[in-house]
Amino acid sequence: MLLHIVLIPATLGLIALVIRNRPLRWLLLIAGGVAHGISVVLLAMHRNGIPFNEWIGLDDTGLLFLSITSILFAAVSFYTILYLSREAGQTTQDAVEGFLFVNHPESIFIGCLLLFLSAMSLVCISRNFGLLWVAVEATTLASAPLISFHKHHRSLEATWKYLLICSVGIALALLGNFFLSYAGSGRLHLNVEALTSHAGQLNPLWLKASFIMFLVGYGTKMGLAPMHNWLPDAHSEAPSMVSTLLSGALLNCAFLGILRGHSVLSAAGLRNFSGELLVFFGLLSMLIAAVFIIHQPDYKRMLAYSSIEHMGILSLGIGIGGLSGTGAMLHATSHSLTKGMLFLCSGQLLHFYKTKNAADVRHVFKTLPITGFLWFAGFLAITGSPPFGLFTSELVIFKGIIENSRWFIAGFYLLFLFVIFIAMAKIVIPMTFGQAEQTMESNSQPNDFREQIWFSGPSVALCAGVLILGLYIPSRLWQFMAHAAQNAGGR
Amino acid sequence: MNNSLWAEILVLGVVLTNFRLLASSRLFGLIDTMQIQAIALCAIPIALAPSASALSFRLVMLALITLAVKGWILPRLLKHAVQKTNIQREIEPFVGYDFSIMVGIILLGVCFLISYRFGTDANLSSHFLLPSALFSLLIGLMIIISRRKALTQVIGYLTMENGVYLFGAALAIKEPLLVEMGVLLDVFVAVFIMGITIYQINSEFDHIDTDRLSELKD
Repeated sequence: MLLHIVLIPATLGLIALVIRNRPLRWLLLIAGGVAHGISVVLLAMHRNGIPFNEWIGLDDTGLLFLSITSILFAAVSFYTILYLSREAGQTTQDAVEGFLFVNHPESIFIGCLLLFLSAMSLVCISRNFGLLWVAVEATTLASAPLISFHKHHRSLEATWKYLLICSVGIALALLGNFFLSYAGSGRLHLNVEALTSHAGQLNPLWLKASFIMFLVGYGTKMGLAPMHNWLPDAHSEAPSMVSTLLSGALLNCAFLGILRGHSVLSAAGLRNFSGELLVFFGLLSMLIAAVFIIHQPDYKRMLAYSSIEHMGILSLGIGIGGLSGTGAMLHATSHSLTKGMLFLCSGQLLHFYKTKNAADVRHVFKTLPITGFLWFAGFLAITGSPPFGLFTSELVIFKGIIENSRWFIAGFYLLFLFVIFIAMAKIVIPMTFGQAEQTMESNSQPNDFREQIWFSGPSVALCAGVLILGLYIPSRLWQFMAHAAQNAGGR
Repeated sequence: MNNSLWAEILVLGVVLTNFRLLASSRLFGLIDTMQIQAIALCAIPIALAPSASALSFRLVMLALITLAVKGWILPRLLKHAVQKTNIQREIEPFVGYDFSIMVGIILLGVCFLISYRFGTDANLSSHFLLPSALFSLLIGLMIIISRRKALTQVIGYLTMENGVYLFGAALAIKEPLLVEMGVLLDVFVAVFIMGITIYQINSEFDHIDTDRLSELKD
């Protein structure tokens, strides 16, 4: 029994859409998060007893991404309850421009959150390319209403771009499915096992064409440059917990679509073709991210571009393969946890400072000590400083590149990481340090700078996770990551 | 009179409706053209079947459901959105109608050229299918890029989706029924949510010109 991981959140989500009782709805959200978490733990323990069938199955890669999704959702569901109780009123003031707006109905928000979780779980467990496509498109549809929860002009603009660009992208991935089917002359099922075991019979030309379509289609969803245009808008306009899920869970799920294609190409002996494409788009994404992070005025957009950077690193790591592949899996985990923590902190900053402009946010350490501490720790973590998990994973990827003696790629990789570190430091350090000025205090009287400690709970938990990953990786976990990378077409 | 001739007539219909989509400014007209295209599209897999005995339950079922969704429900949904937003025509597209048609003709030629390169080794069911599929896909993309109104862009998305469907017919892809249903459901929900979003954009901005949705940028 594996499908329950999809059905439980879907059922709860549908119930949440219709019931009127507010506390009950909140309870459903928490219940969905907890039930999903417990199911994932149980699945991880008894995984060998579950047979793969034509449609679904849980391999190491799927389990890893499913666990990441589950952890983030648990953190987000806790934060969401606090957030919604803070926005309990009928109208909310826009944090940036100060106008009043009405939220979309809360039932739709919570219902869609749970349906979103369900769709992402389906992505992680599907073994059939057709089902995978359906699930990835379902994630787009379930998450679009989440982005426009705050019903105002900017969020609607972001939602429209997200819907249109991702739907068009995903339509191309469907074309990839057709090409893949044609490569097998229509005789093979579009099942990952069937395709990898009969990879020799596949027509290489159509197989390559299908991978290009997957890369463009799912790459749009994943935010690989140059198909990333929707991402900064959606991430910066969505409520912070939605940005967390988009960045930490959804982008990974889209990456899984590319990885499935990559594993088929690897089995067919075309690993070089797909690997080089992944490396190229990975480096390009890092470059674009670096260019846009420099002098980025908006701190939520800075985080969004940082997501593009890290998706580039994942793609690069898997493209190189070997040790880098393992590093990429570790990187996916650490990045999701860190980005979750940063986006949740950014929600707090936005609430207190009422601006997304980094230049107007000052001395966070003084005014909001816990958020400030987490924000700064998150900055160190996301740029790959020790002792956090991303330092380890970026180092492992680097080592993998060196082992393959790809010197130019190693050089560019280090250069982009370095540039992004400096650029982000220039934005984040002035935000956190400095003394409280008197004028500032009087201006922002109505803001009520009293830190709401509970809001930091989920971020603290995520921060602890990244720290542990940086300090100590149990050998079993390492083995697991290595298997996950191998399943995804590593060497 | 063999079946493949019927299929080719239908494919020709799809190509012609694509040109109609490029040339038309009235949103109702666009939606009607979409509807005709969808009906032609659904009949193609049936026309391609070599004999009446080759028509499986799956094939007929699929054609009927696709017809219901793309030929009936979606056009109704879109017309409803047009009435709600009270915006009847596409005014001043980025690319003019005459020029659009010129580009369309060139694209059609390019599609045939590309398809001959790919199609030589492929045992395709019809020679027109692959270029027409590619053509629909590109026309869809072109409509999305070159038109202002959000509703026209949805029509572009559907045209593109039709192109993908035609690819499936051209390459004789037999996906399991469950997947085909899932794909249709996704397209339906996508258009549904796009419709709602358009409605919200209209009530927030008093227009649905996507080029004026340009506040978010770097």
